[in-house]
Amino acid sequence: MRPTQTPHTLDVQGLRITLPGTARPVLDGVDLHVAAGETIALVGESGSGKTLTSRSALNLLPPGAVVEGAVRVRGEDVLTMDTDQLRALRTSAVAMIFQDPRAALNPLRRIGDFLTESVTLTGTMGRADATARAAELLRAVGLNDSVLRKYPGQVSGGMLQRVMIAAALMGDPALLLADEPTTALDVTTQAEVVALLAELRERFGTGLLFVTHDLDLAAAISDRVYVMYAGRIAESGPAEALFARPRHPYTAALLASTPRLEAPQGRLAAIDGQPPDLRQELPGCPFAARCHLATEICARQAPEPQPAPGLPRHQAACHHSDRLEGSPVDA
Amino acid sequence: MPEYALEAVGLQRTFGSVRAVDDVSFALPEGGSLGIVGESGSGKTTTARIVVGLEQADDGDVLVRGRARDVRGRGRARRLARARQVQMVFQDPYLSLDPRTSVEQVLRETLRLHFPGADHDRRVRELLDQVGLGSRAADARPRQLSGGQRQRVAIARALAVKPAVLVLDEAVAALDVSVQAQILNLLADIRAETRIGYLFITHDLGVVRCVTDDVIVMRQGRVVEAGPTAEVLATPQHPYTRLLLESVPRPGWDPEAIAAARRAL
Amino acid sequence: MTAVLTRRPGLAKIRTARSPLYLLCLGFVALVTAVALLAPWLVPYDPNAIDLGNALAGPSPDHLLGVDAAGRDTLSRLLLGARTSLLGPLGVVVFSTLAGVAVGMAAAWRGGWLDSVLSRSTELVFAFPGMLLAILIISIYGEGLIAPVIALSIAYLPYVSRLTRSLVLAERARPYVSAYQVQGHSGLQICLRHVLPNIAPVVLAQSTINFGYALMDLAGLSFLGLGIPALTPDWGRMVFDGQTAIQHGYPLSAILPSVFIVLTVVAFNVVGERWADRVARRTP
Repeated sequence: MRPTQTPHTLDVQGLRITLPGTARPVLDGVDLHVAAGETIALVGESGSGKTLTSRSALNLLPPGAVVEGAVRVRGEDVLTMDTDQLRALRTSAVAMIFQDPRAALNPLRRIGDFLTESVTLTGTMGRADATARAAELLRAVGLNDSVLRKYPGQVSGGMLQRVMIAAALMGDPALLLADEPTTALDVTTQAEVVALLAELRERFGTGLLFVTHDLDLAAAISDRVYVMYAGRIAESGPAEALFARPRHPYTAALLASTPRLEAPQGRLAAIDGQPPDLRQELPGCPFAARCHLATEICARQAPEPQPAPGLPRHQAACHHSDRLEGSPVDA
Repeated sequence: MPEYALEAVGLQRTFGSVRAVDDVSFALPEGGSLGIVGESGSGKTTTARIVVGLEQADDGDVLVRGRARDVRGRGRARRLARARQVQMVFQDPYLSLDPRTSVEQVLRETLRLHFPGADHDRRVRELLDQVGLGSRAADARPRQLSGGQRQRVAIARALAVKPAVLVLDEAVAALDVSVQAQILNLLADIRAETRIGYLFITHDLGVVRCVTDDVIVMRQGRVVEAGPTAEVLATPQHPYTRLLLESVPRPGWDPEAIAAARRAL
Repeated sequence: MTAVLTRRPGLAKIRTARSPLYLLCLGFVALVTAVALLAPWLVPYDPNAIDLGNALAGPSPDHLLGVDAAGRDTLSRLLLGARTSLLGPLGVVVFSTLAGVAVGMAAAWRGGWLDSVLSRSTELVFAFPGMLLAILIISIYGEGLIAPVIALSIAYLPYVSRLTRSLVLAERARPYVSAYQVQGHSGLQICLRHVLPNIAPVVLAQSTINFGYALMDLAGLSFLGLGIPALTPDWGRMVFDGQTAIQHGYPLSAILPSVFIVLTVVAFNVVGERWADRVARRTP
């Protein structure tokens, strides 16, 4: 850590997680940080480790996981916290929004109870104060107080996701983890929720880690993007740079294979094959088997993240980044 | 030869007081591909289920190659005839296969039912080949396969019947982007090869653009816009279609303006 | 999965115990089954041979577990009694499972009026005490194992059919069932080939639990002198016959069958619930 600077809201360094019964780590040396008030998108396909990475900020890891590296929230290491510290962390410093709001809510309890529950149980707020704050936050997410008395079954999915966001803000968190918060929603509702998150970030100064499989959505909303593949960060950098000039063949291929409104009609540039599964050891680059730039070194040696020339924040873990330069990629 | 593979005329369906499908008509040319776009609650899935016969319409007709589809008739012959008109691929590849049945068994069951006495070994190999699955996958159970592979099995199972029309209900929505592209390409190849008609139900405009010739946009049970896909996406006439198009995330995207437009609509 | 196995309360504490108990119970179930199968070759005496001179004798090298008030060898009766005592519940379980699955599946699959009729009529059976029904049927058909087995099968049928119905409803909502319908398979084919194998483990686990309860109910009936003919060796009947011996201070011939009834019921329950739990964990 750099003692002269204020610590990042979230700082993940060299995170490596190994699960029992697998041939390789699920996360292999993940480095990632979220500065105060920053929106970061973590993009990857299923099994890439994006959800596990975001959950590590709450120390919510699967049983039997062997963890190396450090996960710091505002300078404090989450991985070494005891139960009480963790509970304090989860009720105040870090909050999480899930993909399916309906599955994350108890259908038999009123929304008001759900909102006030965690703060009153931990004693950080009295009942009346908590209700007042819940009402205020509901207004902030564009709902009115009457929702407090409703049950989850009585409101729509989009409204419910707003309730989840309000609930996440109850403890006034420094960091919001949003795991595919709009995937279960319609496109028009998605826009609304994203607009809301952006507005709240400005108002409350919360750092946001937005986990998604949708590259376009990531580009549209975030300051910086991390692209994950098979438990490693393939590429990271400012959203515009990463999309205009991807430096990792995986990012480039992902961009090319997304069906888009602007792209020419006809066949998509699909990526052949499948992501490697956990039973398979990966001594080299995890993408090598599907990569058209791969050479002999790729299978042998895992590439380290290298900055793009003149752009220290745009990094890609690829032996052949330079050969991608100038290749036509319609973003 | 009749012009249309599939025609729907004035389909109606109400659930209680909700008009899930309200006077929906469309036509799918032989070997064509028609997209139905809409959000949840638009009635697109109910429409698809009426077409395949999993749901009954209160009113209206479904015609396959010019002949009214017999959706109520019982008995083996009618059941099989129905199956050969329209087949379906479901959204969730994890739930649309029986967890206890292997890939080969899935295909054999269907072949035995529809083509008793034919050479099933050859046809199973043909089908697996057609959807890009090696014969090694034949013995696998669904849980040993990835999402994309399962969806290939589901497509092979539908093709085994040799239907006139294939209904794809959000068939690529649950897949990862790289796998989704493989499946979309596969579907395009199969259509070019077999001249099968597609009815493509989706919420994703990018997918619609990629795989359909014509599109209808549904909202709250009604068709709000219909036409050739390229035209509808380039010059949308209905404000709702415009909203849908603007809602697709892209760099420089303004979610707040969309939220405002949605409330105004 | 929304379906919940029907359990009578009382074994909750034992159920939480870990695997040593399960293995013990599994061993006991195997032992009792083996004894029942091999009993005719194991027994030292004819179970109905009367040796009045030895009546109420305690354990001795000749009669390892003593002799009852009528002068019959307790060990022989206990071993052969295992046959009747297990055969009865087996009949109950087989019949109630087959009929219950058929009824539950038909109700769930067809729905509508058939569901209403079947569900209401199973509820009617629920409301009517099984023992009373058994006594009624026995009073019509007279002695024999068939009457109580049929009566209890009817009494146990609703437990199985209700469980099956809820399982089939859940399974039916899965898209793979729709997929088979679209493919042109008939409802019966889909039910037998796909739905049934997927719900079978849960239903069978419930049936194992039912086995224990049926054993207890049948023993209760034969204790009352109903169903099992007087001379057939049977644990419930032995408890009844042993009452006088207890009054004379020779409790062995009544207490041993009671102990076996209790142990067998507990063993079947522990094994059944363990299987049920295992199945429940496996299905997402």
